[in-house]
Amino acid sequence: MSTTAADPRRDALPDAEEALAALAGRMRAGVAHDAAFVGIYSGGAWLAERLAALVPGDHPVGFIDVSFYRDDYASKGLKAGARRSDLPFDVAGATIVLIDDVLYTGRSTRAAINELFDYGRPAAIELAVLVDRGGRELPIEPTYVGARVACARDLSIVLARDASGRFSLGTRPVEAA
Amino acid sequence: MTIARNPQLDPDGKLVHLLTLEGLPAETIVSILDTAAPFASIGEREVKKVPLMRGKAVFNLFFESSTRTRTTFEIAAKRLSADVINLNIGASSTSKGETLLDTIDNLVAMNADMFVVRHAQSGAAHLIASHLHATGKPHVHVVNAGDGRHGHPTQGLLDLYTIRHYKRDFRALSVAIVGDVLHSRVARSLIHGLTTLGTPDVRVIGPKTLLPTRVEGLGVHVHHDMREGLAGCDVVVMLRLQSERMKGALLPSSGEYFKHYGLTADKLARAKPDAIVMHPGPMNRGVEIDSPVADGERSVILPQVTFGIAVRMAVMSMIAGA
Amino acid sequence: MRIEIRGGRVVDPASRTDRTATVCIEDGRIVAVGAAPEGFRADRTIAASGLVVAPGLVDLNARLREPGLEHKATLDSELRAAVAGGVTRLACPPDTDPPLDEPGLVEMLRERARHARRAHVHPVGALTVGLAGTTLTEMGELADAGCIAYSQGDVPLADTQVMLRAMQYAATFGHRVWLRPHDAHLTRGGVAHDGEIATRLGLPAVPSCAETVALGTILALARETGVRLHLQRLSTAEGVAMVREAKRSGMAVTAEVAAHHLHLCDMDIGWFDAQARLDPPLRGTRDRAALRAGLADGTIDVVSSDHAPVDDDAKLVPFGEAEPGATGLELLLSLTLKWGAEDGIGLADALARVTVSPAAVLGVDAGVIGVGAAADLCVFDPAVHWRVERRALASQGRNTPFLGHELPGRVRYTLVGGLVVHEA
Repeated sequence: MSTTAADPRRDALPDAEEALAALAGRMRAGVAHDAAFVGIYSGGAWLAERLAALVPGDHPVGFIDVSFYRDDYASKGLKAGARRSDLPFDVAGATIVLIDDVLYTGRSTRAAINELFDYGRPAAIELAVLVDRGGRELPIEPTYVGARVACARDLSIVLARDASGRFSLGTRPVEAA
Repeated sequence: MTIARNPQLDPDGKLVHLLTLEGLPAETIVSILDTAAPFASIGEREVKKVPLMRGKAVFNLFFESSTRTRTTFEIAAKRLSADVINLNIGASSTSKGETLLDTIDNLVAMNADMFVVRHAQSGAAHLIASHLHATGKPHVHVVNAGDGRHGHPTQGLLDLYTIRHYKRDFRALSVAIVGDVLHSRVARSLIHGLTTLGTPDVRVIGPKTLLPTRVEGLGVHVHHDMREGLAGCDVVVMLRLQSERMKGALLPSSGEYFKHYGLTADKLARAKPDAIVMHPGPMNRGVEIDSPVADGERSVILPQVTFGIAVRMAVMSMIAGA
Repeated sequence: MRIEIRGGRVVDPASRTDRTATVCIEDGRIVAVGAAPEGFRADRTIAASGLVVAPGLVDLNARLREPGLEHKATLDSELRAAVAGGVTRLACPPDTDPPLDEPGLVEMLRERARHARRAHVHPVGALTVGLAGTTLTEMGELADAGCIAYSQGDVPLADTQVMLRAMQYAATFGHRVWLRPHDAHLTRGGVAHDGEIATRLGLPAVPSCAETVALGTILALARETGVRLHLQRLSTAEGVAMVREAKRSGMAVTAEVAAHHLHLCDMDIGWFDAQARLDPPLRGTRDRAALRAGLADGTIDVVSSDHAPVDDDAKLVPFGEAEPGATGLELLLSLTLKWGAEDGIGLADALARVTVSPAAVLGVDAGVIGVGAAADLCVFDPAVHWRVERRALASQGRNTPFLGHELPGRVRYTLVGGLVVHEA
C-alpha cells in the first residue's frame, strides 16, 4: 500500500524541499520573532524542527498528537501509535504557529486547535502548511503555504523523510473506511 | 473437547472487551502500554481531559465494593470526557430477586456504552460479555475490574506499565510475586502478562495454603522460603493479605505471616540493589509489608496509582472505539 | 395387544445374544425371540431392519424434581424424557423438597409415576431424616412404600458415627445403601476440579482427596458392617483404583459413573461455561481415562445419566453461582454407545452397563430380552448421529454441556410393558 511509482498523478506533486524553501520564505516575512512552532505529528513535527532553523527568531518548538481529539474516533477508533504531545512552553498568552505537512479537509487543524486550548489560552494561532490541496470541509485557511496542488480524492499526499533528512512527497490510496 | 475462542477479541483480532490478559497477543498488550504513555501526560495539563469519549455512557458496576479501583476508573473515564454512572450494587439487587443479567439488560436499555464490572465471582465479566453478544449488543463493551480470584486485567496492565517504566526490557527480568496467590486475581493477571511478554523468571512465594494447585502450570517457579525466592530479583510484587484469611485455617496469625512473608528491609536486601517494590493497594502495613519499605526509595507504589489512570484511559478508549 | 418387532438386530447383554431376530410381544411380555409362535397374529408390526432391539435402559440416577421443585422439571416432563432416551426404568434420588424420608411421599410419587404410564420409577429413600445426617429414617416403612435403596442424595454424610449406624441398621434388614463418596469438608466452597484449569480460572477447587477420603471411610464402614453398598458417581482415578482394590479383596460392592464424566474433563469449562458446572466436578484427562478403563474392566459396573434438570435462571449466572447438574436421560444411550465405539467395547458389553448391570444393582428382574421377560425395550438406530439441541430435548431441563455435540444412536421406539410409549 505504499506509493506506487507507476501512478501518473504523482508527477503533479511539487518537490518537497522547494516547497519548504518557499514556505520558510513566506514565514520569514510574517512570523512574530518569538512565535512558538508546534508541529502536528508526524510530518508537521519534522517540518517544525526544520522551520525553527530556517526562520529567524527565538522559536520554541513543540509537538502535538491529535489522536485524542480526532472527530472520526467513533467510526474508526483509536489508532495505535499515539504519541505524547510535548509543548515545552506556556501556551497561555503565546503566539503559536501550528505546522502541518498537508492541509486538506481542515479536520486535523481543528483537532490541534482544540488540544492547544486544553493547555491554555494562546494570544494567537497561525497556520503554516507545506502543501494545500484544497477540499476544505471546515472554515479554516492557512496563514502560510509552501505550495498548492490538486490531487484525486482517493489519494492521500504523504510526506516522507529519508536517512539524510531530505523531504519528499508521495501519494498512497486512501485507507478504506 | 471444545475451547471457546477468546471472547474479548473480535474475529479480526481487535480488542472489544478487556476480560483477561490470558491469551491476549503480546502485540496487543504492548499496544495498550504504548497508548497509555501519551495519556499519562494529560494529568499534568491545565485541562485534564480529552474529548475522545464525549457522550459515551460508562457504567461502573461494582457488585463488590472497592473505592479505590472504582475511583481510578471514574477518573479515567472522566478524563476521556465520558459520562460516568457509578452503581454500587453489593447484595441489594440480588436480594430483590434481580439477576446479574437482568441488571445488565436494564442498563443496556438506558443506552450504556461500556460496563466496568467488579464482581466476587470468577467469570462474571465473561458472562456479561457473552450475554451482550448473545443478545445482539456487540457495541456495548465490558472492562473487567476484578472478577473473583480470576482476573484484574487493568491492574495487571498497570503493573506491566510500571515494570516497563523502571526496567524497560521484560526479557531480562526476574519478578517475584509474594503472598496470597490462591485468592489473587492481581497475581493471575500479572503472571499472564509477564509470561506473554517473555519474562524469563517469574516466581511466586508463599505458604502452601496460599498457593493454588499446580501453579507451575502458569509458567512460574514456586518458592516457600521468601529469602530464597527474592534472591537476585528485579521486581518484588507484594500481594494484599485479606484479614479473613486468618479464618478457615489458612494461616495462624498475621504476626506469623509477617515473620515469614512480610517484606522487610532485611529480606529486600536479598533482591538486586535496584529492585523495585510494588503493591496493588490498599496496603496492610505490618502484615505483608513493613512501613520503611513501603515508603522507601525503592517503592513505586504511588507511581503505580498514577500509571493506573493512564492505563485505564488507554484500555477504555481502545475498546470503546473498536 | 400383540406386537411384532421384525428384522431387528436383537442385542441382549445378559444372554450374550446378538443376532437378527423377530421379537413377539403379547400381554406385556416377550413371548418369542426368533420364530413367532404358532397362531401369533400381531396387532402391530414394527419394521426394525437396520435397528438394534435392546433391553430398555435402566438408569440409577435420574432426578424428576417432584415433589417440590416443579419449576425445574415435573414427573410428566422427565418421564417423557426418559422414554425418549430409551430409559424404561429409573431410580430417583431422595433429594426432592421435602426429601423422600416419609412413606407417604414415596407412595404418592409411585402413584403419580404409575399414572403417567411411561417408565418404571423406583424411589430411593432418604438414609437420614431430611438428609440432615443425624437421625435414621424408617427404612422398613419406606421399603414397604416402595423404596429400593437408601441414600443421602448429594448431601455428604459428615458424621461417621451416623454412617456406621445407618449401615449397621440397613445391613440388619438387607437394605441397600447407595452413597456418593464426597467429604463434607473437603468439598466446601469448591466448584471445579483442583487442577490447572481451576488455578487458571481462579475457581474455588474440589480436590480429588474429597472423593478418596470419603471413599476410604465408606469402604471401611461397609466392610465392618457387611452392608449392600453401591457407590455412586465416581469421578477420580484414585477412586477407581480404590474400588478396584476393594473388589479384588472380595468385597461385594458395585460402582457407577455418570455418563458425562466418561467424555468431558475440566478443560470443557472453557471460559466459565456454566453448562460444565457439575457435581462431582469434571476432573482431569487422567481421571477421565481411568474412569473409562474402570468401566471397561468391570471395576465400575454401571453408567448412569446423573440426570439433573436445571432451569435456565440457575445457569445464567457466574460459574460459581450456577446450580450444578445437566439433563441426561436423553443422552445416556448415545454417550454409552460413544464410549463403547471409541474404546473398542462390543455393543452388547457397552449396553450391559445401562441395562442388566444397573438392574442387578436395583435388585429387580429387568434389563433383559428373553421369553417371559417384561417387554421393556429400546429400539434404536445405531447408525444415525443427532445434534444435541435445546429444542430436541423432551426434558424440561434444557441445559447440558453437550449442547451442539453430535452423538451416535437415535431411539426410534421405546416399549414399556408391551406398549409403545415413545416413537420417533
